Amino acid sequence: MSATEVLVALSGGVDSSVAAALLVQEGYKVTGVTLKLWGGESDTGCCSVSDVDDARRVADSLDIEHHVFNFGDDFNEHVVDPFVEAYNTGRTPNPCIECNRHIKFDRLLRRADALGFELIATGHHARITETGGVYRMARGADAAKDQSYVLHMLGQNQLRRLLLPVGSMTKDRVREIANDIGLRVANKPDSQDICFISRAGGKEVFLGDRIKLKPATIVDQAGETVGTAPAVQLVTIGQRKGIGLAGNDSRRYVTDINHKDAIITVGPREDLLVDVVPLETLEWSHEPVQGPVMVQFSAHGAVLPATVTDGVVRWDEPQRKVAAGQSVVLFIGDEVVGGGIAGD
Amino acid sequence: MRAAAIDEMARVMREEHGNPSGSHRVARAANRIVDEAREAIGELLGVLPGDVIFTSGGTEADNLAIGGVGGAVVCSAVEHPAVLAAAEHLGGRIVGVQTNGVVDEAGLVDALDEHTSLVSLMLVNNETGIIQPLAELAAIIRKQAPKARLHTDAVQAAAWLDLSVEAAAADLISISGHKFGGPKGVGALGIRGNVKLDAQSRGGSQERDRRGGTHNVAGIAGLKVAAIELMAEREAEAVRIGRLRDRLLDGLLAAVPGCTETGERQLKTPNIAHVCFDDVESEALLFLLERADIMATAASSCASGAIEPSHVLAAMGVPRSRALGSLRLSLGRTSTDADVDAALVAVPAAISQLRSRGSL
Repeated sequence: MSATEVLVALSGGVDSSVAAALLVQEGYKVTGVTLKLWGGESDTGCCSVSDVDDARRVADSLDIEHHVFNFGDDFNEHVVDPFVEAYNTGRTPNPCIECNRHIKFDRLLRRADALGFELIATGHHARITETGGVYRMARGADAAKDQSYVLHMLGQNQLRRLLLPVGSMTKDRVREIANDIGLRVANKPDSQDICFISRAGGKEVFLGDRIKLKPATIVDQAGETVGTAPAVQLVTIGQRKGIGLAGNDSRRYVTDINHKDAIITVGPREDLLVDVVPLETLEWSHEPVQGPVMVQFSAHGAVLPATVTDGVVRWDEPQRKVAAGQSVVLFIGDEVVGGGIAGD
Repeated sequence: MRAAAIDEMARVMREEHGNPSGSHRVARAANRIVDEAREAIGELLGVLPGDVIFTSGGTEADNLAIGGVGGAVVCSAVEHPAVLAAAEHLGGRIVGVQTNGVVDEAGLVDALDEHTSLVSLMLVNNETGIIQPLAELAAIIRKQAPKARLHTDAVQAAAWLDLSVEAAAADLISISGHKFGGPKGVGALGIRGNVKLDAQSRGGSQERDRRGGTHNVAGIAGLKVAAIELMAEREAEAVRIGRLRDRLLDGLLAAVPGCTETGERQLKTPNIAHVCFDDVESEALLFLLERADIMATAASSCASGAIEPSHVLAAMGVPRSRALGSLRLSLGRTSTDADVDAALVAVPAAISQLRSRGSL
């Protein structure tokens, strides 16, 4: 019988390289593919020529096929353009989540379909559980590297076709395996930040090149002007540092942003507190859930208790407002049970 | 690569150790190899042996022609990136093409003026095989821009057209060895008449001060052997390959619905079968063809190896959605009827798989 085929997304980093190596060891017939997503300036992530070279050389050393798929058009349409538009309308997007939603686990999966691959694999740090035919995204073994938050949107049709070989091990163990089998990327630094934004220019330059940044007035609760900010688009609800208030008053948070008139209101933390998570969308991984859940609303942020009643998520203790556009993910134990996007 | 060219390169590397720029007996032997190659390449291009400059390939020859003449440069939108980038570097003007891929004459007239110093128009397009009517275009250039020199990138043309005739209107002609069974990384720029050329790599008096750097003697020897073999067989090969190409194209058009041939067949060299498939992505198609042992391309690849949408098809007005389903099957000296048979099985099978599983 011929070996089961699997298409592995190879970024050129250590996690996906080890994922591919483990699958080869397990007897799969592995084909590596690197996604070319971004043609502009970048110094991190999955798009540079040197990363593709790394991926190609890892594939060579594992003696597996390697291809490059150019999904640049899709990446612009589904990730970069909405990212810019979100900031321009006062929202705080998570482009990694949109990339997973539209590119890695939709576009790539459809390409895999066309090419005849039933299975795909990535180097994400998350696990997939299965109970009675129901699949769930679950936290990876390495809490510090866990990526279940950015993969929360995967549904049954994606989870049953996905393999995450490094999700059940720590990052240290992944590097140890890479060293043991002599992978050239064993000590390559982890990728960080947004892959299409260069470290030198940052978000400000990236957005400034694409939209007109609007200077904002900062007012207190009484409406008194207390300062100005260079761009209303770059301010996020809950922010307290870096908005240029005299004396760097750390007790004042951004409590409201009026985008249309470019007015930022600052105030004490209490003004930020809300009882209900304002969700624009909420999708369940399987059946809708009632009762206690744990809620995460940023990639490596706090996980706080809440209770779901008929689709409404209420914090157990009042919490700071979640910025509109952020993904809110609901967990029970280690498992994702649902998620959505925060609204205003 | 041609066996005789490989043998000659190996012999030269083993037996000829001289540097052609030296003056002793061993150096003179190496110099003779280069001079003999100059004669063969001069004959291939239809220029005097002394007007052949050896380069590291087509890209260097193109850059030497464009940078070496300099000034106000005009080129077509379907040029190889070697020409496009060199022309853009000098702030050159780009002329569009018609839907059949031939340079738009009105556009050319508009782009030219008395200051134009160089016009670069490729003889045969590398993606589509479409031939430019160089003599007709040269007549327009002479009239509109009497001072302008004409350069032609004939890299893709050399194996199929007699350059001494088809490129006779050009003052500068680029070729590359690997397109006619010679080595990669060796090429030449031929000059017709008196063209002042500034060296682009300085620091050596080689090639009469027009291209500094030690000669790649073995590569140049291989280039010579390949050129001599090519000149002896070109006409017969063009007929044989043309028949294979016609059978391949006709077979694909008959077997695959939603398949469009690019350009007009009588305007193209015999070696390229270029088609666009509706509702198919080239990338997925190439993946399946590679698994069927057919190594094909779509447009050009960037440094990362990703396929970029073709600037040539875009210039011809092919809609992007159709261009993303393009396939270029190249035939050559070693192609056989059996290869065509294999492609006529593999391509329709791959298209059918992709369409039934919904590649889009």
